Amino acid sequence: MSVLFVVVPLALFIAFASVMAFVWSVQSGQLDDLDSPAIRMLHDEAPQARTDREASSEEQAA
Amino acid sequence: MVAADPRTPEGRQRDPTGPTAVACTHCGLPVPAGRVKPGTTPAFCCHGCETVYQILHSEGFAAYYDLRDSLPEPATETASSSYAEYDDPAFLERHGQPQPEGRLACDLYLEGVHCAACLWVVEKALIREPGVAEARLNFARSRLRLVFDPTVASLARLARRLASLGYPSHPARENAESAYRSESRRLLVRMGVAGAVAGNVMLLAFALYGGWLSGMDPVHRQFFRWTSLVVTLPAVSYSAWPFYRSAFNGLRSGVLHMDLPISIGILAGFFSGTWHTITGVGDIYFDSVCALIFLLLVGRRLQLHQQRRASESSELLFALTPSSARRLDGDGAAERVPLEALRPGDRLEVHPGERIPTDGVVEAGRSSVDQSLLSGESVPVSIREGDEVWGGTTNLVDRLVVRATQTVEASRVGHIAAMVSEASGTKAPVVQLADRVAGWFVAAVLVLAGMTYAVWSWLDPAHAVDHTVALLVVSCPCALGLATPLAMTAAIGKAAREGILARSGAALEHLGRLKGARLFLDKTGTLTYGRMRVVAFEGDRGVLPAVFAAETGTSHPVGRALLDHAREQSPERWVRTEFESIEGGIRAVVHPADGAAPEAEGTSIVLGAPRAVLQHALAPSDLDEEVRRWTREAWTPVWLAIGGRVRARFAVADQVRPEARSALRRLAARGLKPFILSGDHPEVVRAIGRQLGLPAEHCTGGLSPEDKWERVRAHRGRVIMVGDGVNDAAAIAAADVGIAVHGGAETCFAAADVFLSKPGIGSLETLLLGSRRTVRTIRTNIGFSLAYNLVGATLAMAGLLNPLVAAVMMPASSLVVVTNSFRFRFQKNEARTRSRRVERPGVPYPI
Repeated sequence: MSVLFVVVPLALFIAFASVMAFVWSVQSGQLDDLDSPAIRMLHDEAPQARTDREASSEEQAA
Repeated sequence: MVAADPRTPEGRQRDPTGPTAVACTHCGLPVPAGRVKPGTTPAFCCHGCETVYQILHSEGFAAYYDLRDSLPEPATETASSSYAEYDDPAFLERHGQPQPEGRLACDLYLEGVHCAACLWVVEKALIREPGVAEARLNFARSRLRLVFDPTVASLARLARRLASLGYPSHPARENAESAYRSESRRLLVRMGVAGAVAGNVMLLAFALYGGWLSGMDPVHRQFFRWTSLVVTLPAVSYSAWPFYRSAFNGLRSGVLHMDLPISIGILAGFFSGTWHTITGVGDIYFDSVCALIFLLLVGRRLQLHQQRRASESSELLFALTPSSARRLDGDGAAERVPLEALRPGDRLEVHPGERIPTDGVVEAGRSSVDQSLLSGESVPVSIREGDEVWGGTTNLVDRLVVRATQTVEASRVGHIAAMVSEASGTKAPVVQLADRVAGWFVAAVLVLAGMTYAVWSWLDPAHAVDHTVALLVVSCPCALGLATPLAMTAAIGKAAREGILARSGAALEHLGRLKGARLFLDKTGTLTYGRMRVVAFEGDRGVLPAVFAAETGTSHPVGRALLDHAREQSPERWVRTEFESIEGGIRAVVHPADGAAPEAEGTSIVLGAPRAVLQHALAPSDLDEEVRRWTREAWTPVWLAIGGRVRARFAVADQVRPEARSALRRLAARGLKPFILSGDHPEVVRAIGRQLGLPAEHCTGGLSPEDKWERVRAHRGRVIMVGDGVNDAAAIAAADVGIAVHGGAETCFAAADVFLSKPGIGSLETLLLGSRRTVRTIRTNIGFSLAYNLVGATLAMAGLLNPLVAAVMMPASSLVVVTNSFRFRFQKNEARTRSRRVERPGVPYPI
């Protein structure tokens, strides 16, 4: 059972890392507004213009 | 559905050859002659209507035209502001925050944000404008954050763009915002840390519980206990800090605060756990300590949000007046000055469509002024030299020069704003049952804990600490603390589903407790439709097309009522060729034009108040009885004279909503006493009261906003005020529970505790019953948690309770409270199924 002495600190380290990630997301304002992003993600973007490289590679394929 | 409104001046490019009798397929207005294509059924008055029609067709929404049961509402003449002050350097300095690369960030509050489409339109429309770097709308709070380059983009132009889309904007004040944001973030981090700690400590505790049952290697046991201790440290030291602080502050000012037993519980649990960990003997309670901290912080966060919403909405009061004024100097040149700089005696220039900055006397110009802000009545008032005008009212027709008689603070609207904030600030605090109990509770627990320790250290010193800790843990006011806020949160959520938006649970609780209170109701817009309609018609129906033609394009409420009536009652469309406004009415020449004979001689008609019409025509002699009846009903008579004879008579009135009478009767049966407070003529108010079955002494008319406020204050303690206008705002704020109804002014929403998002007062009863049920839930919650604490404390003092069992019992009691709070329904079952079919109303303001 001595594996516990390794696994428990490891688990706690992961927990610590996720708490840090949470703190970061709060400080950077990601959680200030919980309603709008949920709506915003439903908006379709206008189709992006193809980049030149994509266009040329398609031409080559053709 | 957002499209360029075809009825706005930009959207409509009418053909100059005059209107015809063909009605536009989309909006029903007459189609100009040049646009009628022979043989085609859909005809359009303008390009805008045609575009909308085509879009609807191409998207497969043509059923719209079959489904709609009324034509689109005529675009109301809203006070179209030029937002010129937004480009003022002083304005940008005050409301903008400098950003990198010379950009400015500015927060605007938008009216009219309802749904996901609003968010989309606002953001997309603005980001396309040159110079705009970022446009983010906070949906729930209707706040728009704009980052733009002031050298390229004009904020005024952006604001005009928003207004043209239907979102008038007001500058949001920034000062309190950043403080709230950092406070909210701090609390969220504390909560997150406590949550993570609670979860992990609980996992460790499971291992220990398992070991307690099946045996455990002492080395592992000590390892888990030490790990728990280390993991608990941040929760106890960092997350729980606000509790210690307010407990300490409470102690210093001699108040037994709810946070005191919480702090003692947390610290006692932690230190005894630490002691047991160090000595290796006895139990630890880190898991329950952490769970307690986490749950309490969740409650704190909900509370902070609610307070924020309440304070935020009062900002709207500042949108009542423009943020700058044009002052004329000696030689008539206009200069833009901030409102604060206005002094009595200043001469101010007010263009049509603008709000008058402050109270004053008209020096030059004639115009109509929309005084609905102060009177609640929508009929514009004619203004000429020497007349008094009030700040915040809207100049409609022509340029006015006004000599200020008051500073902005001393103006009537300034007084109302002061009244609203004073009334909201001094509102008798709702003493929540939990708070009242808490003081006694804390004292009792502390005394009992002391006694337990004293008695047990004499009986059995080895277990004295154990029993005391068990007492403190089991009597932790966790369930008690949750009882009220949870029931309220649940009630707010359920009420929102019924279209009732409560600003705070306290308002619901307060409403539920008011028995036999006075229910003051505004008339216009609350009990009535707030819109004139033709209620009686005498005469030949053949005159209706003439009325339609004469009133086409009117913005006067009575004229609109006649226009609507003529449009509904007669399919025929005439046109007019001459139009003249006379005192008390209009004179027009109309044609039965079907496009065929525009040169034919027209019919000259006079339409207006009897007094005005009689100057141009003779009245039949048999009118007395009818006139008396209409006067008794307080209807407005409108006569129509054709060729010197009165040919038709209309009665126009603002009708009572159909559900108002029965709603009032049911509310009266529930113990409320309804009264009408109105700014309208007392005669009209009494007539409406009669229709609603209210005695005349319960109906008061001719009240100014100040009078309403005065009356509400006189009955403070047992008053509910329901209204919809700015003129009700002060009274609504002063009432114990202020309720705003659908379709009212945003300022009124700001002052109200509860907002009904369905028109009329039909949902008042639901609100009342739901509130009473909320109060019952709170009572059962508190009753249960007190009983639990009582039994638990007795067992602990008797030494029958292991601290570990106490720690398990504590969350169980909270769970019961949670279940009870969310179990109840806001509305009874049969009513629910009915209301489900009703389309869910949009949320008209952030709440």
